[in-house]
Amino acid sequence: MNEQHFATAQATLLEPTGLSEADINAVMNRLTNVSGCDFADMYFQYSKHESWSLDEGVVKTGSFNIDQGVGLRSVCGEKTAFAYSEDLHAPLILEAADVVSAIGRQGQDLQQTRTWRKQGASPLYSAIDPIGAKGDAEKVAILERADRVARAHDSRVKEVMANLAAVYEVVLIVTSDGRQIPDIRPLVRLNVSVIVEQDGKRERGSMGGGGRHSFAYFDDAMVDDYAQEAVRRALVSLEAIDSPAGTMEVVLGSGWPGILLHEAVGHGLEGDFNRKGTSAFSGRIGEKVASEHCTVVDDGTLADRRGSLSVDDEGNQTKNTVLIENGILKGYMQDEHNARLMGMDLTGNGRRESFAHMPMPRMTNTYMHAGEHDPEEIIKSVKKGLYAVNFGGGQVDITSGKFVFSSSEAYLIEDGKITAPVKGATLIGNGPEAMQTISMVGNDMALDSGVGVCGKDGQSVPVGVGQPTLKMDALTVGGVQL
Amino acid sequence: MSSLEAKQENEQELNLAAAAEYAIAYAKSQGMDESEVSLHHGTGVSVTARQQELETVEKHNDAQLVVSVYKDHKTGSASSADLSEAGIRSSVDAAISIARFTGADTCLGLADVERMAKDELELNLHYPWQKSVAEMVELAIECERAALQTSELISNSEGASVNSYAGSAVYANSHGFLSDTLGSQHSVSCSVIGEQAGAMQRDYWYDSNRDPVKLQSAESIGRRAAERTVARLGARQIASRQAPVMFEASVAKTLISHLIGAIKGGAIYKKASFMLDKIDSTIFPDFITIAEHPHLPGAASSAWHDGEGVATPSYRPIVEAGVLQSYVLGSYTARKLGLESTANSGGVRNLTVSSTGQDFEQLLSQMGSGLLVTELVGSGINMVTGDYSRGAAGFWVENGEIQHPVEEITIAGNLNELFRHIVAVGTDYDERGNTKCGSIVIENMTIAGS
Repeated sequence: MNEQHFATAQATLLEPTGLSEADINAVMNRLTNVSGCDFADMYFQYSKHESWSLDEGVVKTGSFNIDQGVGLRSVCGEKTAFAYSEDLHAPLILEAADVVSAIGRQGQDLQQTRTWRKQGASPLYSAIDPIGAKGDAEKVAILERADRVARAHDSRVKEVMANLAAVYEVVLIVTSDGRQIPDIRPLVRLNVSVIVEQDGKRERGSMGGGGRHSFAYFDDAMVDDYAQEAVRRALVSLEAIDSPAGTMEVVLGSGWPGILLHEAVGHGLEGDFNRKGTSAFSGRIGEKVASEHCTVVDDGTLADRRGSLSVDDEGNQTKNTVLIENGILKGYMQDEHNARLMGMDLTGNGRRESFAHMPMPRMTNTYMHAGEHDPEEIIKSVKKGLYAVNFGGGQVDITSGKFVFSSSEAYLIEDGKITAPVKGATLIGNGPEAMQTISMVGNDMALDSGVGVCGKDGQSVPVGVGQPTLKMDALTVGGVQL
Repeated sequence: MSSLEAKQENEQELNLAAAAEYAIAYAKSQGMDESEVSLHHGTGVSVTARQQELETVEKHNDAQLVVSVYKDHKTGSASSADLSEAGIRSSVDAAISIARFTGADTCLGLADVERMAKDELELNLHYPWQKSVAEMVELAIECERAALQTSELISNSEGASVNSYAGSAVYANSHGFLSDTLGSQHSVSCSVIGEQAGAMQRDYWYDSNRDPVKLQSAESIGRRAAERTVARLGARQIASRQAPVMFEASVAKTLISHLIGAIKGGAIYKKASFMLDKIDSTIFPDFITIAEHPHLPGAASSAWHDGEGVATPSYRPIVEAGVLQSYVLGSYTARKLGLESTANSGGVRNLTVSSTGQDFEQLLSQMGSGLLVTELVGSGINMVTGDYSRGAAGFWVENGEIQHPVEEITIAGNLNELFRHIVAVGTDYDERGNTKCGSIVIENMTIAGS
């Protein structure tokens, strides 16, 4: 329990409108006033967001946003009632709590008086406000440096677009079992994107990263690295030939290609889909769903990572949860509601985009443990295939298990050697089947640089992924060259 | 929605216009050259029923103010849900603070004053739904029931949802322009799962409309969701090949959205588009005309002015007889390119794509043997080069007859080529949303499979 966090949450969320413990108690009594109410919670949130964008060498736009409010939820068996208020005065919050009448409010509100327990895990990141911590001129200077370095790196750079964004969030979660849990969450991100041109041909390359830090994270060396890496990626694309089409051996690089795990297994192991039996992984705990080389975890406890949380959005401590161990399906990612209905343990995966959204089971940082192979040895083992090291987005159909993810930097492998770069192509497979074809796992496990955004049911949350270099014996590559 | 809620909305609507004027006046008092503000307030209800019981009820109540200020050709913007006078002042102050540090660009600023819309049009955008939460739940249950009863192969459900939203939006700027619009949007959707030989498939259907009376019936939406799911059972991969591809109407509109993305002013002036320097060039066969209709009564994107107050035309061709007529521009990107705004700040409004006269069955016959695509997944599109590679599911067609469902394949090509090799556009229009387009047949694409 961090007293300072609690004091900040109280000062930011409750004191401005004079919300008292008695007010909170009254709202909770209303939320739990449903026959068969299993639990209820209140999610107070203050969030400040700032963003600066550069193109044509000029930081042309900047924007600043403040949001605050409280989300109110009552859960009764499989039923959920949810409402929120952007106004934190007690009468308006009480009015929003009337939503529970939709799932069966009973008579007068209970008069239970709770003894609130202040709780909270030890923080995984500093309680800093990244927006206030650095002057606006210094933020602009970061973007201008990225522009300068990218242009200086290669004369074929024709345009540089860079964006710097920060979020500062203060949350206080109040639960019907009497807990009050604060958290303070900074998050920063820098993206650099370039357009290069040669002989009338244009291409784009981008690089970005960040985490739960202040803007000081983006020191000169890091900014230079992002800018130069964006240029390198764009220049590789200029040389790219048509990608092959068809099913072949595919080697995925370490780090961000871990988007494979996010799509092929991660979503399918979220508790809600499995409770409802709508996932291709439903009812398969204890079964072999991947090759014996695969151990996959979801770990919200890594310090300062983009996908990490000290406590999840239901006030539960995040965990390092083993999803697949040596190929065997071990467990799902759970929030309160689904863990309760399935009779399973909480895993600290209850997340929400904001107070105006309902929580559900979501990933944090999802990655695969390292294996024993030297990455070069993995490449050498491939006679003819694809080596994909960077990706755009991905998507999955939970029910059929079909997933896709789109490469943005890939090369041919011919006779054990990396040869020509090929144009981006979408890779497609079936989660449980594709994971069985992983035949070699590298010793170079790496996490991504911190840019992931996961969308589910219209809600976006920051996530991380990671993996070592790995080989899949058969995956369909969506190129144009038959 | 009860009459009490409707009354609250009206009160809030008056407040929005006053709040907008307060923000503009305050920005001026702080020495800004120009300013503009958008506000909205809306309320809504979403319900979901699953396995024939209420699952979730969500009530929405959102307000937001977004203000942008301009001083010496520099800009800053800020937003907040706090519409009190103190809240508005802090937002304007935050925007001013940002404008101190951004760089100057003479193209920045409000749209030209002589382009401001003068004649407000009644576009019939607001149809509140007089339904209680209980009635909405009943409708969702009815929708899902129709799906569950369609076939014994339907084994599970993700449920049916009914959503209703109504609200008001105000836009004002320091030219003295102010508009105040009421609007609504309602939808019904259903997603169910079928199972055969141990393999599950899922599909869905939905309808949305500003006027709830015009929604497809809940029963027909549920039935269609189930029929689509059942049709996918037994799907298999096909071998890699080149073949004609027909995009079903609901996915054909994604091709049109890629075109629009590529001709937006921002992509053009940054030279980040495969449509660069294509004005007056033939980019489609001559039977293709794509136009916007911003004044269609009751349509999804209708508006008498764009996001900067510029008057919209009732009709604007974007592609005529295959030739690209103009980009999609707001005032900033227009100035960057030395052109005039096309009144597209905030996007294009109510697109139509001309057809070549065939219905769905005739298109299948015309294609002969090829792939009918009913779902696209992933985002494998390079907007700089037009290279296109996406995951797909659908049906294999021979001699104009559907043979079997197909999955786990990709389709690939280059959008410049795909556009030029469209051979037919159907009359089987999908009228939901912002683009009205029939199915599109493309002469040839690369299909990657087993």
